[in-house]
Amino acid sequence: MINSLFLINPSGEIFLEKHWKSVVSRSVCDYFLEAKEKALEPEDVPPVIHTPHHYLISIYRDKLFFLSVIQTEVPPLFVIEFLHRVAEMIQDYFGECSETVVKDHMVMVYELLEEMLDNGFPLATESNVLKEMIRPPTILRSVVNTLTGTSNVGDTLPTGQLSTIPWRRAGVRYTNNEAYFDVVEEIDAILDQSGTTVFAEIQGVVEACVKLSGMPDLTLSFMNPRLLDDVSFHPCVRYKLWESERVLSFIPPDGNFTLMTYHVNAQNLVAIPVYVKQSISFFECGSDGRLDVTVGPKQTMGKTVEGVMVTVHLPKTILSINLTATQGSYTYDNGTKLLVWDIGKLNPQKLPNLRGSLSLQAGAPKPEENPSLNIDLKIQQLAISGLKVNRLDMFGEKYKPFKGVKYITKAGKFQVRT
Amino acid sequence: MEWANQLCENRQFGSKMTDSKYFTTTKKGEIFELKAELNSDKKEKKKEAVKKVIASMTVGKDVSALFPDVVNCMQTDNLELKKLVYLYLMNYAKSQPDMAIMAVNTFVKDCEDPNPLIRALAVRTMGCIRVDKITEYLCEPLRKCLKDEDPYVRKTAAVCVAKLHDINAQLVEDQGFLDTLKDLISDSNPMVVANAVAALSEIAESHPNSNLLDLNPQSINKLLTALNECTEWGQIFILDCLANYTPRDDRESQSICERVTPRLSHANSAVVLSAVKVLMKFMEMLPKDLDYYGTLLKKLAPPLVTLLSAEPELQYVALRNINLIVQKRPEILKHEMKVFFVKYNDPIYVKLEKLDIMIRLASQANIAQVLAELKEYATEVDVDFVRKAVRAIGRCAIKVEQSAERCVSTLLDLIQTKVNYVVQEAIVVIKDIFRKYPNKYESVIATLCENLDSLDEPEARAAMIWIVGEYAERIDNADELLESFLEGFHDESTQVQLQLLTAIVKLFLKKPTETQELVQQVLSLATQDSDNPDLRDRGYIYWRLLSTDPVAAKEVVLAEKPLISEETDLIEPTLLEELICHIGTLASVYHKPPSAFVEGSRGVMHKRLPARTGSGEGTECPDVGNAAGGSAPEAAPSIIPSQGDLLGDLLNLDLAPPTTTGPNPSTSGMQMGGMDLLGGGLDSLLGGDIGGSPAMGAGFGAAPAVMPASLNAPVGGGLGDLFDLGGGVGMPMGAYIPPKTVWLPAMKAKGLEISGTFARRAGVIQMELVLTNKAMSVMTDFAIQFNRNSFGLAPAGPLQVLTPLGPNQTIEVSLPLSTVGPVMKMDPLNNLQVAVKNNIDVFYFSCQYPISMLFVEDGKMERQVFLATWKDIPNDNESQFQIQDCHLNSEAASNKLQGSNIFTIAKRTVEGQDMLYMAIKLSNGIWVLAELKVQAGNPNYTVSSGTRRDRSCFTCPSNCPMASGCWLS
Repeated sequence: MINSLFLINPSGEIFLEKHWKSVVSRSVCDYFLEAKEKALEPEDVPPVIHTPHHYLISIYRDKLFFLSVIQTEVPPLFVIEFLHRVAEMIQDYFGECSETVVKDHMVMVYELLEEMLDNGFPLATESNVLKEMIRPPTILRSVVNTLTGTSNVGDTLPTGQLSTIPWRRAGVRYTNNEAYFDVVEEIDAILDQSGTTVFAEIQGVVEACVKLSGMPDLTLSFMNPRLLDDVSFHPCVRYKLWESERVLSFIPPDGNFTLMTYHVNAQNLVAIPVYVKQSISFFECGSDGRLDVTVGPKQTMGKTVEGVMVTVHLPKTILSINLTATQGSYTYDNGTKLLVWDIGKLNPQKLPNLRGSLSLQAGAPKPEENPSLNIDLKIQQLAISGLKVNRLDMFGEKYKPFKGVKYITKAGKFQVRT
Repeated sequence: MEWANQLCENRQFGSKMTDSKYFTTTKKGEIFELKAELNSDKKEKKKEAVKKVIASMTVGKDVSALFPDVVNCMQTDNLELKKLVYLYLMNYAKSQPDMAIMAVNTFVKDCEDPNPLIRALAVRTMGCIRVDKITEYLCEPLRKCLKDEDPYVRKTAAVCVAKLHDINAQLVEDQGFLDTLKDLISDSNPMVVANAVAALSEIAESHPNSNLLDLNPQSINKLLTALNECTEWGQIFILDCLANYTPRDDRESQSICERVTPRLSHANSAVVLSAVKVLMKFMEMLPKDLDYYGTLLKKLAPPLVTLLSAEPELQYVALRNINLIVQKRPEILKHEMKVFFVKYNDPIYVKLEKLDIMIRLASQANIAQVLAELKEYATEVDVDFVRKAVRAIGRCAIKVEQSAERCVSTLLDLIQTKVNYVVQEAIVVIKDIFRKYPNKYESVIATLCENLDSLDEPEARAAMIWIVGEYAERIDNADELLESFLEGFHDESTQVQLQLLTAIVKLFLKKPTETQELVQQVLSLATQDSDNPDLRDRGYIYWRLLSTDPVAAKEVVLAEKPLISEETDLIEPTLLEELICHIGTLASVYHKPPSAFVEGSRGVMHKRLPARTGSGEGTECPDVGNAAGGSAPEAAPSIIPSQGDLLGDLLNLDLAPPTTTGPNPSTSGMQMGGMDLLGGGLDSLLGGDIGGSPAMGAGFGAAPAVMPASLNAPVGGGLGDLFDLGGGVGMPMGAYIPPKTVWLPAMKAKGLEISGTFARRAGVIQMELVLTNKAMSVMTDFAIQFNRNSFGLAPAGPLQVLTPLGPNQTIEVSLPLSTVGPVMKMDPLNNLQVAVKNNIDVFYFSCQYPISMLFVEDGKMERQVFLATWKDIPNDNESQFQIQDCHLNSEAASNKLQGSNIFTIAKRTVEGQDMLYMAIKLSNGIWVLAELKVQAGNPNYTVSSGTRRDRSCFTCPSNCPMASGCWLS
């Protein structure tokens, strides 16, 4: 099982280590640091590294490396999933996951890690359970604690760990009972030069914020559940009922959680909300090129496309650029050659355009590669797959909760090739 | 005190309080200050001090000097303080074992605490203190906690057993904790079950043969129930454990699959992949025509696709596993090509894996899409990726013949971009395409030649030179081109030098008139001016060949080359099977069996896919052979009877080969309906020559060699001429031995002639060889080796040719064979490829052994068993044929066949027809049953025979290459 965890910052400094079995020397990280040196980008460090006596499995997240050391055959996905849980736990407890935050709460992070694994076996990874044992710091609580000497560590048995619904703690009470669901869809797409869709799919997720007293039993149904190709559920969802009736029936965890994720990859169902006309060309002789990009709405289902942003990695040999945008503003970082054009809301009457000249370094050959464009966008009140929540029913409790559903569509990995 | 002041300050600005403050006091006397704090009367002060100690510890400062003071804080009601002290203890107990003893009392007391949380915490912490003296005290509390009324304590205790085992395995066994742990698998609480399984699995890893996880249908049922209710991590442990189980039959297999399938929709990707492993393994047992089989296949694709939208690290592991799944069952993902399309901001390790899978999925149906993508990738930024993409285009051309033309034109387009490394990669792969499709795409050579100057990598230069040499006759200025390379001959890498030498020799042989000078130049460069022995040797060989016998040189140098195979990088089937059993593990990431690299796993069990038959006994059979762990099967002694029947052994009686001799069934999915193994063998067996006995009809005297051939039997005279021995009809006799034939003619083996035959003597298969030296010199140092073959035949000892073999001398050798060698299906099945070495060279030949040689002596089946088995043979597995013109009566035939270990189990006479029921058992445990119908006065016999898939019948699952098909005909 998982032997040790090291947190390493991008410059290669180890700033936290935790061992669940015998202590593994820090020097084991040298193999990782070596691989990190070799990789061009921190993202490119291979996640599984074999050293003479250990395996190093790492993730890169929030600009930090979470590196775990294992000694025996352990499913790597198990380790990677766990490392992501650690990152999420830090995020959840302290509002962000960064080196500073971890250093600020070193002891609490250490205590949490101790609760999460026992001898390398996961012990408590549910945020609800952890929070019962070690309370997250709040301004008020730290004041109270320092004044009264009480601690952040709960001294009751985390009840959730024993029941068959480990994700929910007992005795939840709210004065305002509310249940909100966000249906968030991300479009992953690759469009080719002519604007034809090479590949498109939708990654959907239903995020829930449920603050209901007692033990509510909820049933959520969709208007059109058949359009989902693959679904993954929070453990609370009763799979049998989904199989037979296509409804989500569950006793929810308390607070925020991801109820389900889903996948729509039938290409004809995936609407592409914008089109991009672009040309990035370099003249055969001389050291100049032109860039001309226009973005316009396509299948938007009558909604406004907002937050549009175009990112281009320009070739390394570019010396300078001189562009004008008819809408929004652009920034260009000559060090990373990253051009970001922040457009904002898309106005169908007046299409935003960015054009101008690119100049290459003197004597540099015509760039060989074609830069891809990365598009960001957001559409409020629309799930682009057409998924709609039908109704939410509550059983088991008497009160009437407030209910709400929100839809939002975003661009995931949305790329336009040139 | 500075620190105290600071604390006060912090109190005033409470909201700003963070742990960073613990790092600010790094001044002298820190330890001393902390000591004072720790011994303070105020709880709060104590706790802050311990926190400070822990903070120093986490950043690697040595605070072990504070050990006694910290331990003193342990006896407290404050849970947080207690936990902090425990954290400290776990870190430093090892370095201060004597002082750690001080803590034992508190632990033991805490294990009795009314609060289960405290009990669990105490037992958990105690297990983490890796000090022998403490572990001794741990046993009693642990025993209590394993039986605690609170499941939370039990589940913590279960893990504690694994910890203790890690520290002192013997102690755990002596104290009987393993049995208690096994009992916990039946616990009422799913979390306890999951942890018990996890602990047992971890312990089992260091005891591969201990059979700790003894899985039976009852325990499987308990696990499946717990699976639904335990945490996500518990589900992973349980699924991984389930994957080690071998269901009794396809029905059980299906019911497990049905209960595991919902896990495919779990949010945790590790759960999904472990479920995929269980399903991939168990579906192996389901009949392919079952509706459920198709449903299951369909259910596997979406979750695999979804894994690819997770974080890149998860994607990577998923892709490595998908790579295996695609090789094993391409049908699952064949329509999902697009999800493997590369996004430009994927990490490089994801890109390369996706590319690999795209090529594996490439087929005629989607090749256009794939090529368009690959062409796109070839213009990306990342050089490594671009190179791999170009190579991928070449691999597509070789894999999908119909696309070759399009691939070549895509490669030409890429060459036109003149991007240096793209051009070089393209030329390397075009060379492979030329080798796969000779004389088809030579029109592009002109374009290639244009880029000659830009090639600066050895591999590309060598490829180009090969092309020029190979097609010298079509390139007008081939000599000029090669000459241009020759100028810097000494600066080239060996690869290029060798290639250039060969190419110029080829050119010379094709256009001798104008290139004499050139060839002399290169030969002298290679032989005289080079100090590379490889190059020099090759140069001399060419030189001598050219000067002594140009015709022979032409035959050698311009010989037809074997075509390159379609997919060179496929994982070997047996390894693939093993890896499928290890889906989701490190082995699946490295594509190596765990035995090859996992440290600390002393002798990993080889895992195999179960047989489709679902034969309970049968599937255990291979495990017996492999239980020895890493030792290769060929190393296992095979002839020694397993029962220790010494007397029998001494007398060299016919002993049944021990079960371990059965070769490992290698491939499971192989369905070969109607593999005609014996072919018409048996037919001629009765019909053939009966030694010129006057009772026999004339005209068959010379038949045995001819008959089988005419029946297009793959075994040739295989079983064939069992009756050939003629002789005393009506009494048992020895097995049939075919006459010796020449296997290796002298002219092919530098004067060594080998002829031989196979025989079964006293239960041992013998290869009888006659070696004749027809050369002028003495031959010594003989050795023999077999290639892998269908029945795992391998020499059981060295070739006993002790004295040197002089010219014109002949020696007869008998080589005992075992059947425990590595197995590979051959075509025909009874083909055997042999390599013989002597002091002169190594020679290769292939021969075919009669299948009757593999019939073992204990093939006499119980009548009841026979009856039951016979009924169970599916009709498809049965076949019939006629033996013509056999003039033996049924008894004589029966006796004759018994001599070759074909046993008559029962006889029945119906309406003047004698029905003989016979059984044969092959050395790999496969049974063949036959019914022989003999009608008095009618020289034609009818044989119906079949094999059955059944556990009571086969000691070896019928997934052996030939078992699923019926063959005796």
